[in-house]
This record gives sequence, structure tokens and C-alpha cells, in this order.
Amino acid sequence: MSSPNKASSWSALADRWLPKLVLSPSLAASLLFVYGFIAWTAWLSLTESRLLPDMTLSGLVQYRELFDNDRWWTAVANLGIFGGLFIFCALAVGLLLAVLLDQKIRAEGALRTIYLYPMALSFIVTGTAWKWMLNPDLGLQKLVNDWGFPNFTFDWLVDPDKAIYTVAIAGVWQSSGFVMALFLAGLRGIDDSIIKAAQVDGASLPVIYWRIIIPSLRPVFFSVLLILSHIAIKSFDLVMALTGGGPGTSSDVPAIFMYQFAFTRGQLGLGAASAMMMLMTIVAVLVPLMYMETRSAKRG
Amino acid sequence: MAKHLSVGRIVLYAALVLMAAYYLLPLYVMLSTSVKTLDDIRAGNLISLPHAITLDAWSKAWSSACTGVQCEGMKGFFWNSVKMAVPSVLLSTLIGAINGYVVSMWRFKGSDALFTMVLVGCFIPFQVVLLPMATLLGQLGIANTTTGLVVVHVVYGLAFTTLFFRNFYVTIPDELVKAARIDGAGFWTIFFRILMPISGPIFMVCVIWQFTQIWNDFLFGVVFAAGESQPITVALNNLVNTSTGVKEYNVDMAAAIIAALPTLFVYMVAGRYFVRGLTAGAVKG
Repeated sequence: MSSPNKASSWSALADRWLPKLVLSPSLAASLLFVYGFIAWTAWLSLTESRLLPDMTLSGLVQYRELFDNDRWWTAVANLGIFGGLFIFCALAVGLLLAVLLDQKIRAEGALRTIYLYPMALSFIVTGTAWKWMLNPDLGLQKLVNDWGFPNFTFDWLVDPDKAIYTVAIAGVWQSSGFVMALFLAGLRGIDDSIIKAAQVDGASLPVIYWRIIIPSLRPVFFSVLLILSHIAIKSFDLVMALTGGGPGTSSDVPAIFMYQFAFTRGQLGLGAASAMMMLMTIVAVLVPLMYMETRSAKRG
Repeated sequence: MAKHLSVGRIVLYAALVLMAAYYLLPLYVMLSTSVKTLDDIRAGNLISLPHAITLDAWSKAWSSACTGVQCEGMKGFFWNSVKMAVPSVLLSTLIGAINGYVVSMWRFKGSDALFTMVLVGCFIPFQVVLLPMATLLGQLGIANTTTGLVVVHVVYGLAFTTLFFRNFYVTIPDELVKAARIDGAGFWTIFFRILMPISGPIFMVCVIWQFTQIWNDFLFGVVFAAGESQPITVALNNLVNTSTGVKEYNVDMAAAIIAALPTLFVYMVAGRYFVRGLTAGAVKG
């Protein structure tokens, strides 16, 4: 009589602490590898560490040095150019594709597969492919020359003023299909009867999209903006593969700056300071977006 | 009216096909360049068909191209990536499944807050953990090893895998678990006997997502692995940017395709799950 009771109380006890026990290694990992490491980096950014970590606090010297560093400001400006273009173009192309695909298209599945496959590629592969296509000797420039426009030049890849734009071109190619997939999912969730009612009222299709459908995709816009800005701020691989930050340092972005100062130039403190700036940028961009996203989700 | 409509349809299809060509062009260029000889590349242009198909560039890319100082092609690095990706994917998925199970079905006081805490790991730019991680891996003696990379990928994959499974398990009715508990099923019995059998799709989504992320990773690879243990993305970048002698675009392209093949293959055979993972990962939380 007492033994099954005892067994069940044992298992009830186990059920009470088991969930916490199995979760705890991950929590510990998160505490150490995310929060602890951020604190560590923050600390490092407040020291004078160069080749070796030196944990004596010395105020904001590294940040001062960072803000006096022209290369850092080039990287920040490039992030602005690349991020703005990348986000805007990927959004526009993705939305356009989604709207076009939403017109009861034959072979929609095949087209979707084609638009989305770049997302399966590594940015390094994308960068390698576009580096070849954009090279001025044998790439797109030569193709257009062969087509009968011998004076056409397209040498942005090796032009210090234009190199960052090639990163945006390749980035949009890779990510716009993904944006299309998100918008298409949003479009499929819209109630058909609203569209039919508007059609009965005599509204044309473009007007229906512009006035009714696209505004109702607000939450999707927020997710897309969130993801694209996240990709933009972190972007490292694509720039490394496509331009390597060059010519010179003309297409540097913060992630490359951080990598080079922290790992190849032995300036740990400065690298840590630039990493903290990246974190703060992400927080500054993501937190308002997430706030707006949850608000718009609540309002329906 | 009908005529007008069909003109519109033609324009619509033309636009869609044009866009498809834009997305396919780089793939075609990569493939055709990789089977050309260097002379053929110089004589023609990006989209000209190869005069004769040769696989020399492929065999060179696989086994003898120079990636920095050594000239053994991509094959070693390909296997490095396999050895890195397989354990990382399996471990992070399994741990994520159990975590997701706990935070959705065994909520306790504060578990939601803890889940949110773990979730932050999805959003941080990894630059902010690179320096401490490099120090720690060095002290553990696993710097520049595949083991070290596995640890890194598991640790930073957990936030996403936990999120995937949590979002899947919250859609399962509580009654299922409650009934099982009344019948005397415990923590593990419910997980293995009731949830595992219906978790197939989410395992697919999670495994594919993790595999794509880890196989394609460059940042962790370039920072935490050197020389022998580099993953394929790092080797590819070295190969393309090794500037000794004649630039062999055909070898570069063959190597790029080799690096892309595993994830492309996964996308082709399981694209459905891939897309679901993307959109689920996108609608975070």
C-alpha cells in the first residue's frame, strides 16, 4: 500500500526538480557565454590592453581612440551606406516579388525555389561569385563590351568610392528572396473577402494593394526590418569575400574593423571597444523595432 | 477586357522570368566558369558557353589548389566542416529540444524570464564575445581545433534551437501532457514517448537551420580555427584571395560550388523545411 505511494511521491519530486536541472546547463552557458562574455568585453574595452589583456581599468581611453580613428568612421559611414541600400532594396525587391507571385501564378513553387536558393549559400560563396562577376577585366563589364558597348565601364569593385555599393548589390541578391518568402506568407494570411469587397466597390488592383493589403502587412514589415538590420550590422563574411574591406580600407565595415584590430593588429582594447559599439548599435536599432512590433501585433 | 487582362499576365510572367534569370545568373556563371579552361575564360565572356567541358578545375579545387601556404585543395577542409557541423548540429538540436520542452510544458516560477534571458543570445552581434571566447578556448587547450568550434557552435546555437522547439511545443494542447501525468508518466517518459514521435517536422526544421548556419559560418571559423582545422568557408576565402601566380577563376568557382553543395543539396531535397525554419526563426519569440 505504501510502496506505490512512495514511488509516486518520488516521481512527483523528480518531476519538480528535473525540469530545472535539465535547463540549468543551458542557463549556465547563457550566463557565462553571453552575459559573462559581454561583461568581459565591456571590461576589456575600458582597459589599455594591447597585445595581451590587461585588466586594469583606465576609463574611456579606447573609446576616445576609436572616435579619433578615421578608419572607424569610414567603417561607420560604409555601414550607413550599405545598410540603408541593402535594407531598402531587399525590402522593395522582396515585396515586389511577393506581390507578383501572389497573382495565382503557374509554376509558383519553382519560381519561389529559384528566388530563395541564394539564402542557402554562405556569404563567402556569394562574395566569391560576385567578385568574379564584378571584376572589370573579364566580368560584367566585358560582357556588355562584347554586346557592342565598347566604352561601358563597370569597375566599382576596384573603385574606392564605389566598392561598398558592390557589397549592397551582392547582399540584396542573397537576401531579397528571403524577404519575398516572409511577405508571401503574410499575403497568404490576408482574408480574401476584404479584397473582394474592395473590388466590388470598384477599386483597382494596384489601389487595393497600396491602400489595403500592404498596410495590413505592418507586422511583417517590422520582422523584415529587424532581420535585415541585424544582418547589415553584423555583416562581415560578404565584405571579406567580396572586397576584403578594400581597395585599401575604403569598404571597411565595423565588423571588419573589430576583427582586424582585435585579431590581426593586436589591439585588444580597441577591438573590444568597437565590438561594444556594435552591440549598442544593435540594441539601439532592435529595441525600438521590437517594441513597435509587439505593439502592432497587440493591436492586431 | 479579356485581351487587356492577358497582356497584363504576359508582362507579369515576363517580369517573374526576368527576376528568375537574375537569381540564376550567378549560379550559371559559377557552373560554366568552373568547366572552362583559362584560355576559354579569357576568350569568351561571363555568359558564353564553354567550348569544351573540362573537369580539371574541379579536380584541382578538390585536391591540389593552394589555400595559403599549403596546396592540398578543399578536400581536407570539406571534411573539417563535416566533422564540425555534424556534432554541433546534433548536440544543439537535442539540447534545444529538451530546453524547449521544459520552457513550454514544465513552466515553473521564473521560467519565462529564464527563456527570455536565453533568447537574447539570438540577437547579440558575435563580435562582442569573440575575445573572451578566444581566451577561454586557449586556456582549455582547444583553440584552433574542431572540438573548440563545436563547443562554440553548440553554445551559440542553443538560443535558436530552444526557440524553435519552444514555439513548436506551445502549440501542443496541454491536455495531452496532463492526461499523461495523471496516468503516471514522468518527465522523460512524456518527452520520449509522447512528444518525440510528433516532433519529426520540428527536428527537420531545426537540423536544417542549424546545419545551414554552421556549415556557412565564417566568423567563428576564421577567428577560432587556424591552419589544419579551418572549415571550408575559411579555406575558400583563402583560396580566392591567395595572390600567387595566375588567377584561376575556374578553380575559384569550382571550389565555391564545392563549398556550397551540401547546403544547396539540403535546400533542394528539403526546401519546405528550410523555408519554414527561416520564417519561424524570423518571427522570433
